[in-house]
Amino acid sequence: MTNWIDACAKDDVTEEDVIRFDHAGRTFAIYRSPDDKFYATDGLCTHEKIHLADGLVMDNIIECPKHNGRFDYTTGAAKGAPVCVNLKTYPVKVEGARVFINIA
Amino acid sequence: MRNAGIVIIGGGMAAARACINLRANDYDDSITLVSEENLLPYDRPPLSKASIVDEAAHEPVLLLDDGIVASLKVDVLLGKTVTAINRNEKSISLDGGSKISYTKLLIATGAKPRKLNCPGGEFALTLRDHKDTVNLRKKFQPGKKIVVIGGGFIGLELASSASKLGCTVSLIEAQPRILMRGVPEAIAKIVHDAHVAAGVTMIIGTGISHLTENAVHLTDGRVIAADTIIAGIGASPETKLAADAGLTIENGIACNARMQTSDPDIYAAGDCASFPHEHMGGKRIRLEAWRSAQEQAATAAANMLGGDKTHTNVPWFWSDQYDLSLQIAGSAELGPNTIMRIPSEGALVLFHMADDGAIKGVSGIGLGNSIGRDVKIAEMLIAKNAKPSADILADPAQPLKALLKG
Repeated sequence: MTNWIDACAKDDVTEEDVIRFDHAGRTFAIYRSPDDKFYATDGLCTHEKIHLADGLVMDNIIECPKHNGRFDYTTGAAKGAPVCVNLKTYPVKVEGARVFINIA
Repeated sequence: MRNAGIVIIGGGMAAARACINLRANDYDDSITLVSEENLLPYDRPPLSKASIVDEAAHEPVLLLDDGIVASLKVDVLLGKTVTAINRNEKSISLDGGSKISYTKLLIATGAKPRKLNCPGGEFALTLRDHKDTVNLRKKFQPGKKIVVIGGGFIGLELASSASKLGCTVSLIEAQPRILMRGVPEAIAKIVHDAHVAAGVTMIIGTGISHLTENAVHLTDGRVIAADTIIAGIGASPETKLAADAGLTIENGIACNARMQTSDPDIYAAGDCASFPHEHMGGKRIRLEAWRSAQEQAATAAANMLGGDKTHTNVPWFWSDQYDLSLQIAGSAELGPNTIMRIPSEGALVLFHMADDGAIKGVSGIGLGNSIGRDVKIAEMLIAKNAKPSADILADPAQPLKALLKG
């Protein structure tokens, strides 16, 4: 099943950065990588439920602003202490100037 | 006598991370962890905060649960006291008389709360472990009078927790202001004001004369009634075993920058260890900090297996009180020139710059996680010994990230 949601404009996210996107009671993080691709993950760190969109994006890594837990946002893989649970990722497509994520 | 390969004394963060890092470095002989506590290693930061105020967080957060212990193949001995380190035969002695031999030993015994040494000091509770938290939680009933002695992080976090639970809270600090050690005055003032706004009575610059069971007597003659008295006046490194074994002690178990003690087969990590640090001007430091304990354990683990890793991670720590989060990295002391940035309303980040323009420290405070990103970038700049543009640092319209590319 697919459920594509219009999340934001491409220009809402600068390169190598992240924004928060809330939808239907859930929160997501939308990333734009240095090579200009878009990705989406759950919005909260798997350690202490902190909004990752307040964190720092470096290459393909998002670092939680609270306790520096790291994830590869392109795969959701946890990348070191204190996080050990992977982050859920969601398919993303870009149509025109808009970014859509599939949250089905 | 058992031959246990690598032996770890202690049951906190450094001990837990050492187990994980030894296995991650492909060490496959035995690991034995000996802890005085009856719980598997658990996370301590929540003990003064979520574990008290949040019913959903009452249980300890295990760093090594049964599943992880099994998968890492760690022999865990809980509720056991180590009575001696026998360096001549490379073994430790346990209460009851048994011995375990080691190839390498890691001491991760932490730090214990200082006791008040005034008359009646025994009436003050302290916080170190989960059972202390369970005890405090019972005392923090709405309307109860809680007096906290000490305006450092533990005292302030406990005052914040007690206040959130509806207690009547007073906090007493003998120094001219709270957070004298390592926190700039402008940031300490924001913390102070948050406590006042929450209704905490802040008694600053006044010492303690003596305690009775239900009152704190101040040096100026005032008497503060208390249902519960708590002392958060700092911690002393647990060095007794190391000292008895003849290891060098210098504000903690003295290590080199590889976390190796004066005995090449014995390492130390976490709150009990001191070591010279290049980002602190080469000075010997001892940190009581959650992330550093993890990093020191990683350094020690790599070196116990024959690596040659120098510990250079920039010191970093945080505190949460009310809705505020404070983060500090590096050294404010080494950077006498301050640059201020206001990333959003109610948030404040101070950069501590040396005379040559190098960034040496950063201190930030703000609601939620509003300053996490800026502090992180500053920490990376400190690690690079960078001399970032003062104009960009001070201008919240200019993202700090650009400075990393320079």
